[in-house]
Amino acid sequence: MYVAGVGLTKIDEHWWTSLEYLMTEASLKALDDSGISRVESIYVGSMLSPILQEQSHLGALLAEELGLSGIPAIGVEAASASGAAAVYAGAREIESGRANAVLVVGVDKMSDGMSEEVTAAMMSSERQEYVGFIGATFYSINALIYSLYMDRYNVGQEKIALFPVLCHEHAVNALHAQYPFKIKLETVLNSPYISEPLRRFETTAIADGAAALILVNEETAKKLDVPKTELIIEASTDYLTPFQREDPLWFPAIQLATSKALSRAKLERQDIKILELYDSTSIIAIISLESSGFAERGKAWQLLERGELGLSGALPCNTFGGLKARGHPAGATAVYQIAELHLQLTHRAGKNQVDSAETGLAQSLGGVASTAFTTILKEV
Amino acid sequence: MVRMNSVVIVGYGGYVPRYRIKSEEIARIWGRDRSELPVEEKAVAGLDEDTITMAVEAARIAIKRAGISPSRIGAVHVGTESKPYAVKPSGTIVAEAIGAAPRVTAADFEFACKAGTEALQFITSLVDAGRIEYGLAIGADTAQGRPGDALEFTAACGAAAFIIGRNKNEGIAEIEAWTSYVTDTPDFWRREYERYPHHTARFTGDPAYFHHIVNSVKNLLENDGYTLNDIDYAVFHQPNVRFPLVAARLLGIDLEKTKFGMVVGHIGNTYAASSLLGLVKVLDQARPGQRILLASFGSGAGSDSYIIRVLEGIESKRSLAPTLDKFIERKTYIDYAIYAKHRKKILM
Repeated sequence: MYVAGVGLTKIDEHWWTSLEYLMTEASLKALDDSGISRVESIYVGSMLSPILQEQSHLGALLAEELGLSGIPAIGVEAASASGAAAVYAGAREIESGRANAVLVVGVDKMSDGMSEEVTAAMMSSERQEYVGFIGATFYSINALIYSLYMDRYNVGQEKIALFPVLCHEHAVNALHAQYPFKIKLETVLNSPYISEPLRRFETTAIADGAAALILVNEETAKKLDVPKTELIIEASTDYLTPFQREDPLWFPAIQLATSKALSRAKLERQDIKILELYDSTSIIAIISLESSGFAERGKAWQLLERGELGLSGALPCNTFGGLKARGHPAGATAVYQIAELHLQLTHRAGKNQVDSAETGLAQSLGGVASTAFTTILKEV
Repeated sequence: MVRMNSVVIVGYGGYVPRYRIKSEEIARIWGRDRSELPVEEKAVAGLDEDTITMAVEAARIAIKRAGISPSRIGAVHVGTESKPYAVKPSGTIVAEAIGAAPRVTAADFEFACKAGTEALQFITSLVDAGRIEYGLAIGADTAQGRPGDALEFTAACGAAAFIIGRNKNEGIAEIEAWTSYVTDTPDFWRREYERYPHHTARFTGDPAYFHHIVNSVKNLLENDGYTLNDIDYAVFHQPNVRFPLVAARLLGIDLEKTKFGMVVGHIGNTYAASSLLGLVKVLDQARPGQRILLASFGSGAGSDSYIIRVLEGIESKRSLAPTLDKFIERKTYIDYAIYAKHRKKILM
């Protein structure tokens, strides 16, 4: 199964544009990129639209906007991994032989809500009845994990806060990035606490965006004279609340999804040349690196410090800025991750190009790794 | 929107009440981070002050500078979003208090923070058309700050008054041209019967304040043939210390030109008086021949922008009344409890 086209909108606070427009724009770009004008079904991943826009039914809506009414079109949801869930659903339809070409879109428009509304909406990824009702937020849950991590492994915040600095460096030349500029470590460490010890610049901002992929089967791929990559996607789940798991500082869902994907792709970890991590917070990125086996427990920060995750390092990570600097429009993000890998592997990454890459791996998380999707792309 | 034929400011005055509350004090009450306070402190009206009393104070200063008999004022218009009466114009009380009544037209204007420059537009038009000899335009507010809200740090009290006439010989400054840029943009509003306004956080920035100011100023400069080099001072509406500087940057205006009219850090956002008090501060120091760009912003939303050229008369008239700095420097600090009492936040 192949990715035959991608479309991205710039990530920004799109005051002048609607959610409908964003997802249509991304879809049209992807269709253009692939050279095909009709698909057999559509999957739309969005986490927040039923809450912030009071709009569900995005599948049929997008089909209408694209002039494709009549084909099956479905909305898919897995909290912040909704985009990846849409890819998963589309991929399974192709793999089962039921469709030749599928459009997959991830979209969210967070600026339609006040920040309090958005924070509350983001909490819909956690257990409302056990955790939400006490007034916890995604940030406070992360803050607790952060404190635990620093304490157990005796790692200072200044080591972990290097992650957003890396992301910003990579975003500088990314055309679709929300924050295409560098930031210093001091700026991160001096930014106000969102929830101590998590600082504002260690997590993402309100963002709007839509990204789209065209997935095709082998037969269709052969007929298309456009850049393509091969896609494998696997998924896993875990308890929503990290403190119910055996170890809050270990994400088994990432471990499982990654192992399954590598196995199906017939690859080892060392074959992966580019990594897209889900840095919804800096600490999640760190633990993700460890849980997916790219670093030892408590030692992920060393990869950062040694520059191994930079564009010219051994394992370039978040090559267009990741969630922090490219942006994190909730349910759309996973599709951005996969599209960016696709651009890398088809040598269309511009100044962010990693030349030696032949395979890339993207991890997309719902909540605090309660859902994990691992997507592997291979150059063809 | 065109150039005016012959409209001059013959008198101007600014008034700021004496009480001040520090942002640190407000932050203390609500447990906010001290590192990002939008202003140092803000001005708070006294127990016996309101929009009308402040408007009268500013008007009296303007009259002193104008040196005219108030009975010659043919129109008194007050721009405010904190009218003491929902029905009964503040303008009537001001007109009576200064001695302009009864042969006068009087009313109030509302357009959020640009109500003052709105009143000024109307007064300049009446004078330009020859309908009145002199007119008085005032921007005044005792802005309502919702307890615990971000805007509580800046919602402040103040008034600015301008007497407009036709005669350049008695003019302090000439209003050469003005224009408006207005759209239906709901960035900030207060429904009838509500005590406090609603605002939409980041939406009040790019699509509201910046979009309207930039477009208003661009239209003014292009249509009326001015360039940035013609401008010596740039005065913007001042909701906090940052926004005016960003507006200047977006317009390509040297930041140095904006600092002369910046008052918000010391007195807060005086809403309808805000940009006008910036103009007062500039007039307190400007020299004949210099040009001032004034751009207000009112939520809802719109921006009025003006080009004002200082005349010879400023040197003699300026010293006839206290400068704005005298009012800014005259202060008594209060704590949040006294502030809550003054601002009628204690409901019983």
